[in-house]
Amino acid sequence: MNTDTHAVHAGDHHHGDGHAHSTFSGYMLGFVLSVVLTAIPFWLVMSGALPSKQITALVIMAFAVVQIVVHMIYFLHMSPKSENGWSMMALIFTIVMVVIALSGSLWVMNHLNSNMMPIHEMTGMK
Amino acid sequence: MSPDLLKLIFGRLGIDSLPLHEPILVGTFIMVALGGITLFAGVTYFRLWGYLWREWFTTVDHKRIGIMYMILGIVMLLRGFADALMMRAQQALAFNGSEGFLPAHHYDQVFTAHGVIMIFFVAMPLVTGLMNYVVPLQIGARDVSFPFLNNFSFWMTVGGAVLVMASLFIGEFARTGWLAYPPLSNIGYSPDVGVDYYIWALQVAGVGTTLSGINLICTIVKLRCPGMTMMKMPVFTWTSLCTNILIVASFPVLTVVLALLSLDRYVGTNFFTNDFGGSPMMYVNLIWIWGHPEVYILVLPAFGIFSEVTSTFSGKRLFGYTSMVYATVVITILSYLVWLHHFFTMGSGASVNSFFGITTMIISIPTGAKMFNWLFTMYRGRIRYELPMLWTIAFMLTFVIGGMTGVLLAVPPADFVLHNSLFLIAHFHNVIIGGVVFGAFAGINYWFPKAFGFKLDPFWGKLSFWFWVTGFYMAFMPLYVLGLMGVTRRLRVFDDPSLQIWFVIAAIGAGLVFLGILSMLMQFAVSFLKREQLKDVTGDPWDARTLEWATSSPPPDYNFAFTPVVHDNDAWWDMKKRGYQRPLVGFKSIHMPRSTGTGIILAGFATAMGFGLIWYIWWLAALSFIALLAVGIGHTFNYHRDFDIPADDVIRTEDARTKLLAGAK
Repeated sequence: MNTDTHAVHAGDHHHGDGHAHSTFSGYMLGFVLSVVLTAIPFWLVMSGALPSKQITALVIMAFAVVQIVVHMIYFLHMSPKSENGWSMMALIFTIVMVVIALSGSLWVMNHLNSNMMPIHEMTGMK
Repeated sequence: MSPDLLKLIFGRLGIDSLPLHEPILVGTFIMVALGGITLFAGVTYFRLWGYLWREWFTTVDHKRIGIMYMILGIVMLLRGFADALMMRAQQALAFNGSEGFLPAHHYDQVFTAHGVIMIFFVAMPLVTGLMNYVVPLQIGARDVSFPFLNNFSFWMTVGGAVLVMASLFIGEFARTGWLAYPPLSNIGYSPDVGVDYYIWALQVAGVGTTLSGINLICTIVKLRCPGMTMMKMPVFTWTSLCTNILIVASFPVLTVVLALLSLDRYVGTNFFTNDFGGSPMMYVNLIWIWGHPEVYILVLPAFGIFSEVTSTFSGKRLFGYTSMVYATVVITILSYLVWLHHFFTMGSGASVNSFFGITTMIISIPTGAKMFNWLFTMYRGRIRYELPMLWTIAFMLTFVIGGMTGVLLAVPPADFVLHNSLFLIAHFHNVIIGGVVFGAFAGINYWFPKAFGFKLDPFWGKLSFWFWVTGFYMAFMPLYVLGLMGVTRRLRVFDDPSLQIWFVIAAIGAGLVFLGILSMLMQFAVSFLKREQLKDVTGDPWDARTLEWATSSPPPDYNFAFTPVVHDNDAWWDMKKRGYQRPLVGFKSIHMPRSTGTGIILAGFATAMGFGLIWYIWWLAALSFIALLAVGIGHTFNYHRDFDIPADDVIRTEDARTKLLAGAK
């Protein structure tokens, strides 16, 4: 077992280890996609093109999810390879945590709400 | 002066905010003040302020910051334990019509402060301190990724502790229990400053915890020395990584919950109120989404310590390294799936309760796997019963009992009988003391010679060990019995005289633990006096296995003159086996981060802002906030962040070590 010298140590500063390189066209594409993905929901709300508000809300949320993905790919340069896969790993972990916390809370609070909260008709009965 | 002007200057703070009518507090204050004045005078007399400021308060060295975390943890342990003694005495006395010696108003603060302090300002600093000290050394790094941030994180934790301590003498602390459930913690039922102290102490300290979590994740991911792949990392580093991932993922939830609670209290929103659409149950749900991972944040590093200690003192490679790593990762994920077991009885119904009951029971599988790994590591090993190993064995016995009562509580029907009882109190002290506290003590005894260059005295250490272990069992086994008989937690007086004997036994147990703490302080003092006899010049006093033992004790500022290269698990053991020769020539200058006072200044302003917000002293809060921003932005213009240790200095340090090593042989 030997120790390295400074030269060897410097060797692990290999730049560009999976950093997606940012290019002008990449940013432009991201920008155009973001504008389009923002403009469509805006138009949906303003024109009332869809029959019900609930459907509109769901469609907007779907666009929002796509928008998040666009931002991550074109602006944050996420790819399965960036930072030797750590970015993707962190992203997957974050999604798992958020899904657990949100869906779990909705499930739990829904149960608590129906079991434990006062029945609102009671207030009208006095 | 007019009352309006006074109110503008002092907010709600007035002479009547000082607890002059409570003799216990006045006595405590006098003691603390005398101690403080003595300490202050001593430091001034020996002209140590400059030294402390330059070498400790402003340091960015992860080793010194780690040591300061440990000191903070031990100091706060004394405060938290004083609360514990008062509770035990109160409950042992308050029978047969006696009211005990603590009025309700004071008693409620004592049990709240005890919980908050022990978790946030004892267990967290002890765990963070050990991680801070050991992780960079174990991965062959020179410091953490963000050394300045590390200093800032530490001082924010201190800021939170200062606010909790201030509540003892200026105003009062929360009377809500350690998680401050609304509606009790809402402004309608707790109009005083207590809950505000609670909120801002935790928010200030929480910033520090979160940032130090980010820092250590980054350090472990980015700064490992060449050859140390993820599956060659020491187990303590693995558990630290998982713990810090848990910190980063869960502490923001606590921050948000407390922020929502403060909005309810300060601006009249209705997130957690009883009416206007608020739901106090949402607070309970959210705070346990933080709270359950928090207990694994504390215990995972302890598991790592026990792994290092077991393999070192059994003279064997850790049994089942890979399964240990996977068990740790599985616990990390599962710890997010069990939070509801803290409120089975809130009324979620059968489907929800059974889901969370089952996930809770599943956690005992990876934990059990770890236990078997430690046992198999010891099997046919040459076990040396040094202090760290004693603590580890006490942990293995104690934690299994705590784990089994935990699985019992995970059964929802059983929890309906036992929830909020002293059985629960006994269970979580069983796992937190048996796991985290014993782990921290194993870690302190194990790494102390690395940090200071001499071992801790074994006599006083063993005395402390036996007092702690016997004291623990005497203090908490009676609580299991009482809990099964239906005694609930946080009671101040009792009607049934047949219960008294159990509380008396528990109080005697607490007294034994007190002797254990005293023996430990004695152990530090005696070891310091006998430091020449206990000296370790090799840097490897335990014949250990991981990289931190490859350098001198205490390590030089730069940790390693040359970055080590790793070929195997247990890197240092591997190096020793291959006949590693320490390099004696070819030293170069070393690039290091420079100390800065910005961290302590920023944390000081943050603490002042917290104080202003607690007492409605708006000018103080606003000014501190502006100062915080100004100093923070100003620091970005500080370009003198680093310096080079000249090659000559490195040569001198390394030559001194060469002479010492030659003398040892």
